[in-house]
Amino acid sequence: MADAVNGTVRRAKSVDIYASQWRNFLFVAPYLFIFVAFLVFPLFWGIWLSFHKADTFSSGPFIGFGNYARLFRDGIFLQSIWNTFYFVFLTVPALALIGLFLALCLNRQTRSAAVLRTLFFSSSVLSVTIVTLIWRIVYIPDMGLLSMIYGFFGAKAPAFLSDPDIAMIGIAIATIWWCIGLPMMLFLSALQQIPQDIYEAAALDNANRWQTLRSITLPSIKRTFVLVVIIQIVFQFQLFGQAFLMTKGGPNNLTKPIVLYIYNTAFQRWDIGLGAAASEILFLLILVAAMAQFLLTRRKADA
Amino acid sequence: MATHNSEIRGRSFGDRVLFGLVILLALAMAGPVLYVIALSLKDNKELMVDPHSVFHLPYTIKNYIDTVGTSNVFSWVLNSFIVAGGLTVLTLVLSSLAGYGFARLNFPGRDVLFVIVLLGLAVPEQAVLIARHQIFSWLGLHNTYPGLILPGLSSAFGVFLMTQYFRAIPKELDEAAILDNASRFRVFWKVLLPLTVPAQATLGIFTFLGAWNDYFWPLISATKKEMFTLTVGIASTQQNFAQSQGIGFLMAQAVFAGAPILIIYLFFQKYIVTAVSGAAVR
Repeated sequence: MADAVNGTVRRAKSVDIYASQWRNFLFVAPYLFIFVAFLVFPLFWGIWLSFHKADTFSSGPFIGFGNYARLFRDGIFLQSIWNTFYFVFLTVPALALIGLFLALCLNRQTRSAAVLRTLFFSSSVLSVTIVTLIWRIVYIPDMGLLSMIYGFFGAKAPAFLSDPDIAMIGIAIATIWWCIGLPMMLFLSALQQIPQDIYEAAALDNANRWQTLRSITLPSIKRTFVLVVIIQIVFQFQLFGQAFLMTKGGPNNLTKPIVLYIYNTAFQRWDIGLGAAASEILFLLILVAAMAQFLLTRRKADA
Repeated sequence: MATHNSEIRGRSFGDRVLFGLVILLALAMAGPVLYVIALSLKDNKELMVDPHSVFHLPYTIKNYIDTVGTSNVFSWVLNSFIVAGGLTVLTLVLSSLAGYGFARLNFPGRDVLFVIVLLGLAVPEQAVLIARHQIFSWLGLHNTYPGLILPGLSSAFGVFLMTQYFRAIPKELDEAAILDNASRFRVFWKVLLPLTVPAQATLGIFTFLGAWNDYFWPLISATKKEMFTLTVGIASTQQNFAQSQGIGFLMAQAVFAGAPILIIYLFFQKYIVTAVSGAAVR
């Protein structure tokens, strides 16, 4: 009897705990203020700007899709879209495959494997300015590390960064060097989640290493592979620092990505409306990839 | 754990090829860094005469003495610490409060607001940079610490992470405390917050690293030399590369700038890797 009364009191109280109260809003209010002021408002203000002729401080007359029309008549903008896709094509598959290769080789509990994992992730904590400084000095013609290595074999090093045909490849190599740590780590954690008994069963069936890899390991990390690819697409799509600091987008705008085009337009020529329009295009392109990531992680959570 | 077949069956030819490949990649990883460190230890004039001299003695620490004595690198390191540290602390505070609010309390419009915040995760920085730059011009916040800190504070990631974390804590804990007549804030502060330390560490490391290495916003917001962060400062010194004060000096600055974060990485490697890869798959 007493227990029943107690239970009712408890239930009444616990309903009270979760009652909807305005006061509770105070906990989320500080963040929401910042969120609205510096994310939501700029997002819509940016869209608004893209439909106006605007300079640094103010916005001029409404010109509808004028900025967007100018963008798509601008050969350099179209070039920068192509460059960005080309860069993603150069880096993302390489990052995913090398990352997977390293994870497969280093997924063991030896001291040397641990040291190598540390080494391969270490470049990821450096900033883009240091990474580009390192690689510019490696690439520098006639006296850089690369030309010395080529010279050792009696050959002449390719002019990464100045030869139009390979400048983007030069940036891609530096980027892969910088970003390889994360794909490797994501694959490693996926590999460690594969139940060990499957491998034991396979060993009992006398499966060789190649068969085990192909029919157990790779299928088990398929989802991680797709996830790595999408994360890298979203990230590499936003290429800016490497191109800005290594080639300034040259030669002939051949290494100018979309973000660098936005920077040149909005923060060097102060053509704010046009820059805003370009960043909305970039937003749309990234949104597609981000949506794919969201759907993928969702499915994982449901499963 | 991974009792690999190689250990059971001995080293085959294929194993050696793989091993060789990994070593080659490891050399490609370490080579450029070792090269840069070696350059930083060489006399500038000697390098100009013979680039190959980088591989042999004599080495000198003169470039480091010059770096400490003549460059602005110290004030840039300080600025980076203030910005990254400030952003990290504020992010932890705001995200924890909001995470508790969204996960545990009820108020009108809560679920709609939370979905809107989640949508904020999908907004890339470049989509808001131009408008943000204009807003910060209006507010007169360029070339100030708040100007460098506030934009990062709007990121929805921390709120998302903390909300998930608070939701995973059993509700019985706070119910018991509230029955003891503790206030909402007391429950948050005394009972739940201590349980979220792992999430705070993840979020803190991720935020600090991101802010420390951020380049685009400081580039357009901090235009005065004394407000440069380390990334912008180092970038500004490498403008005229070959004609600059000397390769060795430049490289000493780079090593000086990169060393703190690499040392932190070596000590807190496990946490950093967990934080960064956890944040990536969120």
